Amino acid sequence: MPVLSYRDALNEALREEMERDDSIFIIGEEVGEYDGAYKVSKGLLERFGEWRVRDAPIAELGFAGLGVGAAMSGLRPIVEFMTWNFALLAIDEVINSAAKLHQMSGGQYTVPVVFRGPGGAALQLAAQHSQSPEPWYAYVPGLKVIAPATAKDAKGLLKSAIRDNDPVVFIESEIMYSLVKDEVPEEEYLTPIGKAEVKREGTDVTIVCHSKLVHQSLSAAQALAQDGIEAEVLDLRTVRPLDVPAIIESVEKTNRAVVAEEGWPMCNIGAQVVDDIQREAFDYLDAPIARVNGLDVPMPYAKNLEKIVTPNAQHVAEAVRHVCYS
Amino acid sequence: MTEGTSGPMTVPPDEVPPPPANGRPGDGTDDFLGLTRDECVELLRLMVLSRRFEEKAAEVYQTGKIGGFCHLYIGQEAVAVGSITPLRPDDHVITAYRDHAQAIVRGITPNAVMAELYGRVDGCSKGFGGSMHMFDKSLNFLGGHGIVGSHLPLAAGVGYSIRYRGGDQVCLCFFGDSVVNIGAFHESMNMAARWKLPVIFLLENNQYGMGTDFRRVTAVKELKDRGRAYDGLVSLDVDGMDVLAVRQAMEEAIERARVEKTPTFMEARCFRYMGHSMADPSHGTYRTKEEVERWRSDDPILDFSRRLLEAGRLTEAEYDAMDKRAIDASEAAAEFADQSPFPDPDAIYQYIYADGYPDDMKRRDAWRKEFS
Repeated sequence: MPVLSYRDALNEALREEMERDDSIFIIGEEVGEYDGAYKVSKGLLERFGEWRVRDAPIAELGFAGLGVGAAMSGLRPIVEFMTWNFALLAIDEVINSAAKLHQMSGGQYTVPVVFRGPGGAALQLAAQHSQSPEPWYAYVPGLKVIAPATAKDAKGLLKSAIRDNDPVVFIESEIMYSLVKDEVPEEEYLTPIGKAEVKREGTDVTIVCHSKLVHQSLSAAQALAQDGIEAEVLDLRTVRPLDVPAIIESVEKTNRAVVAEEGWPMCNIGAQVVDDIQREAFDYLDAPIARVNGLDVPMPYAKNLEKIVTPNAQHVAEAVRHVCYS
Repeated sequence: MTEGTSGPMTVPPDEVPPPPANGRPGDGTDDFLGLTRDECVELLRLMVLSRRFEEKAAEVYQTGKIGGFCHLYIGQEAVAVGSITPLRPDDHVITAYRDHAQAIVRGITPNAVMAELYGRVDGCSKGFGGSMHMFDKSLNFLGGHGIVGSHLPLAAGVGYSIRYRGGDQVCLCFFGDSVVNIGAFHESMNMAARWKLPVIFLLENNQYGMGTDFRRVTAVKELKDRGRAYDGLVSLDVDGMDVLAVRQAMEEAIERARVEKTPTFMEARCFRYMGHSMADPSHGTYRTKEEVERWRSDDPILDFSRRLLEAGRLTEAEYDAMDKRAIDASEAAAEFADQSPFPDPDAIYQYIYADGYPDDMKRRDAWRKEFS
């Protein structure tokens, strides 16, 4: 199986889907002539032309809303945000328009649009460029929210998102674009939305995670194994709908859980996961659940401070040892 | 005059555009834009129907059978009728939350609009939208949007779809005067002009954004000048109290959009007679009784019916019969709405996701007795 980078896997997904269905177009800042700010849309303008690969003005609200209107009138737009930080300018269209129109119209209109781009911190980009947007969107009925961790999942899930008939928020990662590389099947495949995947089997504790923290959790699990702790790493992949059955199944097996993610602690995905576990698997727990997350501060610029704020494999391992009382 | 003073706002008389007393198409001639007698009567019928429908809605609102916000269009009928009637069925219409008249003129039945106001299953949005969110996909009526300005980018998107498919349809987008100061307005017009999207941005300048005279918060005197910032977009204004003036300007705008793909920004100067919504009075806080009465004296229905009468295209008896039919249809709509069932509680999850609400997500609502 060929090994692809996370970026190239996304590029393949875009290209294959655009070849398959001519109602798909991509719009965003620098997606065309520049080949994408992070090169995810590389080569697409040349292949598909400007009506299908549209360089947008820096007007997130405007081109996100354009995507919604185009979706209502029969197309399947992919709206690229250069990063999810800039999408805050467009959140009205994502929440008040895209997520609501199917219901407000009594089911008449559907909004098959994908909003995608990188989220989370990269390296020393400071407070306005280092945010994890998952909880802002996972809160909203009508949206689906995906945050894949591997190249294989990135490709399979982006293809599913494009084919989905609802608005999908698809959160990638600047750091992972080039650093994450894994085997991607050559043949066509779709990864189902709303299904978590066990990335490492274990018996002693479940680490529930998504996006970048999957990799930190896998490193932690490797280190813990040397101490005789076998951690199961459950990659959520989709954070709305959340795969609660998979979480419960794993926790019922391991009796302990750690929930790990990059963003702030208040009202984040982990807070929801903890609630779901205590509701449905309370009697299976042998210890309180631990949470790993970024510190509750806007990201500082200084290298040493950023390192402290950002959760890493060591934090995950510490949390696991804590819930295992070891 | 200083900003921020409380009490009734008085606009200096020279800043208020006077309603034109004459010089309207059809005045003094039998031309009426080349429309047939029947076509003219149809324009009048739609204005009268919208007016009587909303009068009924206002009456019912007082009984509590219609809830929430209810923004009436009374006084502005010439704009919806003059602009929607020249469209083809495959064109698109999108509008803001003052949307009852647009829905009716586009062809949604008074029954379906009234039932939506009542929140019933026979409403055009099955009771999920209410006053502000009328939809009918079969008529390419894309709603009914409640956030000021947010549907303008959607209109640009519809225009993008049309160009993408190589079609010759147009998208008509209504909005109010408060929109000219929001970013979405400029972002949409910029994209429409730059990419030649066949969108007609129709600004209904009824003079007030809720209770704020647009002149108090807007740094241009002529709102149409806002469109002049964009090359490739035609900006103009039109007398929005005159259905034929609107119709004529729209026919030209439609032709430009269909053939040249040139978008238009059109300001229709008009006036709403009622408050911003059912929650506020017609006058007293932010505008005077005199101002309301002055605009009412230029009523689009009275004016157009007078012209038709004078031209011999309508008789008093025909007008009375038309008016009675509009009143009857509105009464019947209220009766129909009252008889229509409330939505089934089982439909709560029905329209959140196109392919069904995932059962697994309902588990967090399972504590509610209704679902156990």
